[in-house]
Amino acid sequence: MAERSSIFDMIGPVMIGPSSSHTAGVVRIARAALKVLGGIPDEAIITFYNSFARTYEGHGSDKAIVAGLLNYKTDDIRIKKAFELAEEAGLKYTFKSVGSAGTYHPNTIKLHLTKGENKVEVIGESLGGGVINISKVNGFTANITAASHTLIITAKDTKGSIAFISNIISNDAANIATMSVSRKGKNDIACLAIEMDTGLKTITLEYLKSLDWVMDVIYIPDIDM
Amino acid sequence: MSILFSEFKEWKEYCEEKGVKLFEPVLEYEKDQKGKDADFVWENLQKAYDVMRDAVKTGLEEDMQSRSGMINNGAKKVYQNPLTVLDPNFQKLIARALAAKEVNSCMGRVVAAPTAGASGILPGTMFTLQEIHGLEDRKILEGLLVGAGIALIIEQKASLAGAVGGCQAETGSAAAMASGAIVYCLGGDIDQVFNAVAITIQCMLGLVCDPVAGLVEVPCVVRNASAAAIANSSAQIALSNVSGVIPVDECVDALGEVGQSMETKYKETAMGGLAMTLTGQSISKKVLIQDIEMLEDEDNGE
Repeated sequence: MAERSSIFDMIGPVMIGPSSSHTAGVVRIARAALKVLGGIPDEAIITFYNSFARTYEGHGSDKAIVAGLLNYKTDDIRIKKAFELAEEAGLKYTFKSVGSAGTYHPNTIKLHLTKGENKVEVIGESLGGGVINISKVNGFTANITAASHTLIITAKDTKGSIAFISNIISNDAANIATMSVSRKGKNDIACLAIEMDTGLKTITLEYLKSLDWVMDVIYIPDIDM
Repeated sequence: MSILFSEFKEWKEYCEEKGVKLFEPVLEYEKDQKGKDADFVWENLQKAYDVMRDAVKTGLEEDMQSRSGMINNGAKKVYQNPLTVLDPNFQKLIARALAAKEVNSCMGRVVAAPTAGASGILPGTMFTLQEIHGLEDRKILEGLLVGAGIALIIEQKASLAGAVGGCQAETGSAAAMASGAIVYCLGGDIDQVFNAVAITIQCMLGLVCDPVAGLVEVPCVVRNASAAAIANSSAQIALSNVSGVIPVDECVDALGEVGQSMETKYKETAMGGLAMTLTGQSISKKVLIQDIEMLEDEDNGE
C-alpha cells in the first residue's frame, strides 16, 4: 500500500482554488523549474499540453504557473494577482497551447526559462491532488516528484560515476529514495536525478561540483518550504 | 503501532474497549504515523479552521466573480436576502457554504476538506454550529478530527475523488464528515455519530460529477450548499435516534460500488450530465481555449 494518508490530507491541504491539479500542482511545477534555473526568470515561454491546453485559462492555471515562477507557495493569496505582480518583478511570459501530444500526460506543462545567460527547459505533469512529476530537465529524463530533496547531476558518462556519487551522498547520511539515470550517447553525457529523504550539506554539494567530470549540479530542497 | 481503522465497526469497538472519545484514536494515529506531537496536530487543526472561517468571511465581503462569469457573488445575495425561507440560521448556513466555495472558485484560499471541490461544506456547517450553540474552538477541532477519521475510512473503502467516484465521493464525503462532526459536537454518542454518517451517505448516493466546461463552479457551488443542508438534516434525524437501518459500513460499501459502476462521462470529464446540456456546451465553447496547435500523429510533442 502507498504511504498512509495524514489527517491533514482529509482536513487539508490549505490551498488556493479552484482545483488541486490546476492550481496547487501547477504552482509546484513552476517552483521546481524555478529551483532548476536558480532564481526568478527574466523570461518564460509556457506551453500547456493536451487537457491543460484547453482548460488552463478557465482554471487559472496561467496565473498559478506565473505565481510559482515568482516563488509563491501553493497557499499564497497573491496567486490571483500573479500577472500584475509579474510585471512589477520584471518577469515576461508568453503562453502556448498544444493539443494531441500523445506521449505526454493529459496535464503537462513545458517551461522554457531564461535568466541572463542561463536557460533551462523543464517538463512537468500535474497528477492530481497537487502531486507532480517533473518528467524532463533539459532534455534528460528526470521523473522526480520534488516532494523531498532532489539532486540533478549532469556529468561525463564515466565508469563508476554512479557508485561514486551514491557513496558521497551516503557519507552525508542522506538516504536515496529514488534515482533515475539517462544519457545522451555512449560515453557521452549522463544525467542523474536523485531524490533523498533528507537534505545535503553545502560542503557535499561543493565537493560534487568540484569534480572535474561533473558538469552541473542542481540541488532542489523541498519545494514547499 | 498506529491505528488506521478500515471499518467504522472497529473504530467503535476500540473506543468502547478503551473508554476513549471518538477523536482520540484519530489523534493517536496522526501522532504515531507522522511522528508529530499532539500540540502540532492541534495547532494545525486550528490553522485549518481559521482558514475555513476566513474563507466564509472573504466570500461574504469581497468581490467573488469567477473568470468564466458563472460565479457572481451569489453568497452575498443569499446572506442579504430579507426573505428567509426557514429561519435566518438556515439562510446563514446556506450563504456560508456558498461563500467558502465561491472563494475556491475565484482563486482564493481554502481548506480542501476532503477536496477543493467540497471546500465549502465543513466551513459552512461548523461556523454555523459554533455560532448557534456557542461552542469553544476546541470542541470544533475535536469534531474536525472525527470528520478526518470518517474520511480516512471512506478513502480506503470507497474514494474521495470525483474522478474516481463522482460527486458523491467529494461532496458526499464532506457532508458525511460534517454530519458526524455536528452530532459529535452536540454530545451525540458513537452510534448517533455513525448513524448520521450512514444517513448522509444515503442522501448523497449516486450524485454524478458533471462540471460545466470542466470548471469547479456549476453545479459544484450550489451542491456545497445542499450538502451542508443534508449534513444538518441527517444530524437532526440521528440525534433523535431514528435509525438509517443500513449500517454505516454497508453504506460506505454502497458508495464504493456505485462509484465503480458509474460511467466515465460522469466522473469529472465534463462529458455528461449538466456539462453536456445545450447551455453547458455553449458556455464551454466560450470559456475553453479554441486556439490550440494540433500536432501530427508522428510528432507526439517530442
